[in-house]
Amino acid sequence: MIDRFQNWLPRMVLAPSFFLVLVFVYGFILYTGYLSMTDSKMLPSYNWVGFANYEKLFRLRHWNTAITNLAIFGILYIGISSAIGLLLAILLDQKIRAEGFIRPIYLYPMALSFIVTGTAWKWFLDPGIGLENTMHQWGWDSFQFNWIKDRNYAIYTVVIAAVWQSSGFVMAMFLAGLRGVDNEIIKAAQMDGATGIRIYRKIIIPMMRPVFLSAFVVLAHLAIKAYDLVVALTGGGPGRATELPATFMYSYTFTRNQMGVGASSAIIMLIMIFSIIVPYVYSELRSGDKR
Amino acid sequence: MSGAAQDIAMKGSRATRIIIYTVLILFMIFYLLPLYVMLTNSLKPLDEIRGGDMLALPKNWTIEPWRAAWSYAQIGVEPTGLRPYFINSIFMVVPAVLISTALGALNGYVLTKWSFRGSGLVFGLLLLACFIPFQIVLIPMARILGMLGLAGTTSGLVLVHTIYGLGFTTLFFRNYYAAFPTELVRAAQIDGAGFFQIFWRILAPSSAPIAVVTIIWQFTNVWNDFLFGVSFADFDSIPMTVALNNLVNSSTGVKEYNVHFAGAILAALPTLIVYIVSGRYFVRGLMAGAVKG
Repeated sequence: MIDRFQNWLPRMVLAPSFFLVLVFVYGFILYTGYLSMTDSKMLPSYNWVGFANYEKLFRLRHWNTAITNLAIFGILYIGISSAIGLLLAILLDQKIRAEGFIRPIYLYPMALSFIVTGTAWKWFLDPGIGLENTMHQWGWDSFQFNWIKDRNYAIYTVVIAAVWQSSGFVMAMFLAGLRGVDNEIIKAAQMDGATGIRIYRKIIIPMMRPVFLSAFVVLAHLAIKAYDLVVALTGGGPGRATELPATFMYSYTFTRNQMGVGASSAIIMLIMIFSIIVPYVYSELRSGDKR
Repeated sequence: MSGAAQDIAMKGSRATRIIIYTVLILFMIFYLLPLYVMLTNSLKPLDEIRGGDMLALPKNWTIEPWRAAWSYAQIGVEPTGLRPYFINSIFMVVPAVLISTALGALNGYVLTKWSFRGSGLVFGLLLLACFIPFQIVLIPMARILGMLGLAGTTSGLVLVHTIYGLGFTTLFFRNYYAAFPTELVRAAQIDGAGFFQIFWRILAPSSAPIAVVTIIWQFTNVWNDFLFGVSFADFDSIPMTVALNNLVNSSTGVKEYNVHFAGAILAALPTLIVYIVSGRYFVRGLMAGAVKG
């Protein structure tokens, strides 16, 4: 009797979490998927309309702006963060005496809320009081930096703030990778007469491929989810110049009362993230089993 | 982040060393600049910011912006300062972190030491749940919170953060317990120890490192959350991040930059302190969240 109870106990302990995740994650995904095929406006409705919301979504200029912005933001954010991260990791790996002091400074932005980051950069990049004004005070009168107020350039200020926040984290990932490289390989290369930069280019950086992949997955998923930073930094503006899918979903669902369209945009975001995450998690789990 | 610097290369000349240090220092300036700007300008009177140089130290030092941000700045319609929202955040963060960490520990224990048919699937479902864009759950969650009578309450936010934190807390403990010798568990079982006894006597005492990592990870995530706060909170439950955004982006009145900066630092302070005190564990959490398996 007690033994049978002991046998069921593990399942009973895991059951609440399983149930919660099943309902609140997967059930909710199905529900949102269902709503995306209805004519829900301010409140959910259950009138089936098929793919009409998706057709509407992709005809909306607003959505196309959001997708274009995500592409620009995503590519630059991932590319620049990875480049800075790799550069700093390699430089920090050159027996830098103050490494223990420098490293935490590179990494601390990751502990901050995107709202804090957004607030700091919003005013620092504001031409009226921030960098531009400061340069004028210093006597550089022709200095201009008003990207945050310029429709064509505002999205790049989101890139700047986001890179500032996460590049230190990418540095930490690369540094851990560099420290894991087998010293014997490097010694062998040195015996063959290879030096410095060449060893990095030909041997070490190619060995970092798994780190590049991890960094890509983490950054891509952060980019698709990016919401708070845009809200705090630009509020999606000027105009709609910095709208991203996440801000689009929120405004269509909760302020424009087009819940069906909002739900369909959420489903598109989910598909984007899963198409990156699922293969990655799958391969990680499989390689974990092999070990 | 362990291990010593590699024995490679770039032994090079003095010039190379100077270039390396210059680049490292320039990036230090880049990362510290926003913090410096926030701090110095939060200690200046407003007209000094408007008229002048954002990078300069204050001429007339004042702590008035800090007092305003904390206790009487206009947020929404109420001149309450950020204090009530700071307290809301505390009441939200503490239970959410403790509950999700405790559940994560038990889940990790079951998944590694008592695995059964289908437990792998449960783990897969939990793991995938870590990465969903939360936009996908906003609409049904708003309805469920309403049905449960938790709309606009701190308890509702605790529930939300607990559920969506479970994936990561389970992942952390599972990976940690996987390396824990199963023989010890089996031996205790033969001696007649039960499920919870084994957990308390054998695994829990050596779980401190992973518990710290998990708590810091959850604390940072829940404290910094904005989306759930802005979607589900009401005056009595609005968290710090949402209040800060209301303070900074309210369209009415004079923009009090110095108060905004002081408020931003107040919102950043708890996670920043955790980072300074236990950065090593913070980084470990980040890495564990990034590299699975």
